[in-house]
Amino acid sequence: MKRFGQVPRRYWLVALAVIVFAGLPTQVTSFQSLEWAEVLIFAIVIMGLNLLVGYSGQISLGHGAFMALGAYTTAILVHRYHIDYLATIPVAGLLTGLVGFILGIPALRLSPLYLALATFALAVVTPSLIKRPENLTQGVQGILLPPPQPPDWLGSLFGTVTGGPNMTSDQWLYYLSFVLACVLFWVAWNIVRRRPGRALIAIRDGEVAAAAFGVNVAGYKTLAFGLSAFYAGVAGALYALASSFVSPDTFPVSLSFQLLVGAVIGGLGSIAGPLFGGIFTFWLPIISSQFVQTQDWIPDQVAVVFKNAGPAVTYGALLILIMIFAPNGLVGLILSAYARLRSRLRGVGERGTGQLPPDPQTV
Amino acid sequence: MQELMQQVLSGIASGGIYASLALALVLIYNAMGLVNFAQGEMAMFATFLAFTLIGRGMSYWIALPITIALAFAGGIVIQRVIIRPVERAPVLTLVIVTLGLATLVNGLAGFFFGYLPRSFPSPFSVQTVNILGAAASYQDLGVIGVSAVVLVLVYLLLQRTTLGLAMRAAAHHPEASRLLGVRVSWMLALGWGLASAVGAVSGIMVAPILLLEPNMMQTVIIYAFAAAVLGGIESPLGAVIGGLIVGVTVNLAGAYLPGVGGDLQLAVAFAIIIAVLVLKPNGLLGRGAARRA
Repeated sequence: MKRFGQVPRRYWLVALAVIVFAGLPTQVTSFQSLEWAEVLIFAIVIMGLNLLVGYSGQISLGHGAFMALGAYTTAILVHRYHIDYLATIPVAGLLTGLVGFILGIPALRLSPLYLALATFALAVVTPSLIKRPENLTQGVQGILLPPPQPPDWLGSLFGTVTGGPNMTSDQWLYYLSFVLACVLFWVAWNIVRRRPGRALIAIRDGEVAAAAFGVNVAGYKTLAFGLSAFYAGVAGALYALASSFVSPDTFPVSLSFQLLVGAVIGGLGSIAGPLFGGIFTFWLPIISSQFVQTQDWIPDQVAVVFKNAGPAVTYGALLILIMIFAPNGLVGLILSAYARLRSRLRGVGERGTGQLPPDPQTV
Repeated sequence: MQELMQQVLSGIASGGIYASLALALVLIYNAMGLVNFAQGEMAMFATFLAFTLIGRGMSYWIALPITIALAFAGGIVIQRVIIRPVERAPVLTLVIVTLGLATLVNGLAGFFFGYLPRSFPSPFSVQTVNILGAAASYQDLGVIGVSAVVLVLVYLLLQRTTLGLAMRAAAHHPEASRLLGVRVSWMLALGWGLASAVGAVSGIMVAPILLLEPNMMQTVIIYAFAAAVLGGIESPLGAVIGGLIVGVTVNLAGAYLPGVGGDLQLAVAFAIIIAVLVLKPNGLLGRGAARRA
């Protein structure tokens, strides 16, 4: 029992989150589990984006394009070559990761501003690039995919455990995304708190200083790009399976924006941030367009217009407000509120964060 | 040969539009070292204002200066309210803020004016006149003329007036300018206003060709990015030259390169951006800057 007391409090939070998310499909309808599967998929891309933007300090406005690559890899392999969909997920991830790694090489020479420009242009060009090889991507028509079915043993096991019907396709997709999200978050957490993460943060905070300490700046920057694209590729593959359909219009520029907004609002440079970002990115457009519809006092004409324009207005305004007032996002807000609460409860002098005081010689 | 001339001419006309928008980007880049991702959306919104004015029965040539003035004021307000609080923040923050601004303006345009594409009136007829054996439309010539006037006016303002000198000084060396009594912060706001006004002209010029809707500038801004990057992102003259080169290249590629066609013209602009950034990051006229930590 004594050892449990030593476990940092955030581990309990992680365990709680895992339990809540693992049990979620038993409490909501099959369709709602599909929606939450998309939340987790967004969380995965945003984690990739967070590794790139939050930890290595490079920007990408083109993660929608990486997602598209992953999604189309899966869609084409399943539809055209009849490969098992589970096998296509790692293929999509690795291929996208490789492309990201290669794109990361010219990106090395670019200042953050130019990188933003180049990746933004990539995101704009993607839909028309997808349309072109028509015999592969079926052009504007898109590709329809069969909804994946859970393995028989797992389907009936789910039925036995919950005492209800067997696992549906939607619930299976949820658990698939859930397991992959857990693994990828765990990997990201291990990367950022160990040597590569420290190297990335050092590069972000001062490239020349990092190089002077022997950090391989070019290597780590391209690595961050490749890794980030890998996450986007896996998420793209899951996204294709979850929506059973991919078309060029699935990946507009606004998707790349939404992902960046999610990363920023969740909190850059934190592990929990992308989860909040995923929840936010998925639910904000739905809530902001549905909320107005249900309000009787808003005239119908306004409500109809807001249904289309609402998400963009809310996204834009929130993005600006967060950057001005809370650059560390939701996680930053929660942490600072928590710290303030603790200092209020314990008295001002004692912080008790367990961190060493800063070395006076290095400050 | 005649067809080639015609393609080049209409390339120059669209190049003039890209040049105006690229010039707007350069003005803001010079003022604060930032690429304004919202430039196109701001121009689109101004174009909607012009559309509303004209729809109320105002003549085109009265609506144009009023819209430009409104865009100028709008640019100043945006700088004061949204950009100023993050003026000293890292580039990443600034880029994200301008992206937020782009999304916000796009949404507001959709909210106020709807997503239905509308045809925008043009003061120039589509009839053609014979120049050097090519049939040039008055539309193209008019666009070229208006763009040229705007570019010359901006040049005169920046190079031949005290105000222009103060603006350049504030952008180039804020501390020294402040010591000499230049109100640096207001000069930056003026820079935003000027950029917004120049951008508005490009929006109004392109609207008759593309149909007016909230996403109208999404492709134009990419061409403008290509133009600005090609010209060396800090050089106004470079932006103009870059705009013309991009306009003509994209048009010719669309017409003559097999497999490019209309829908991959954007990819040509993308290729230009990548090629310039990788091969010659300072562009045609940009000065190389020593990198500092």
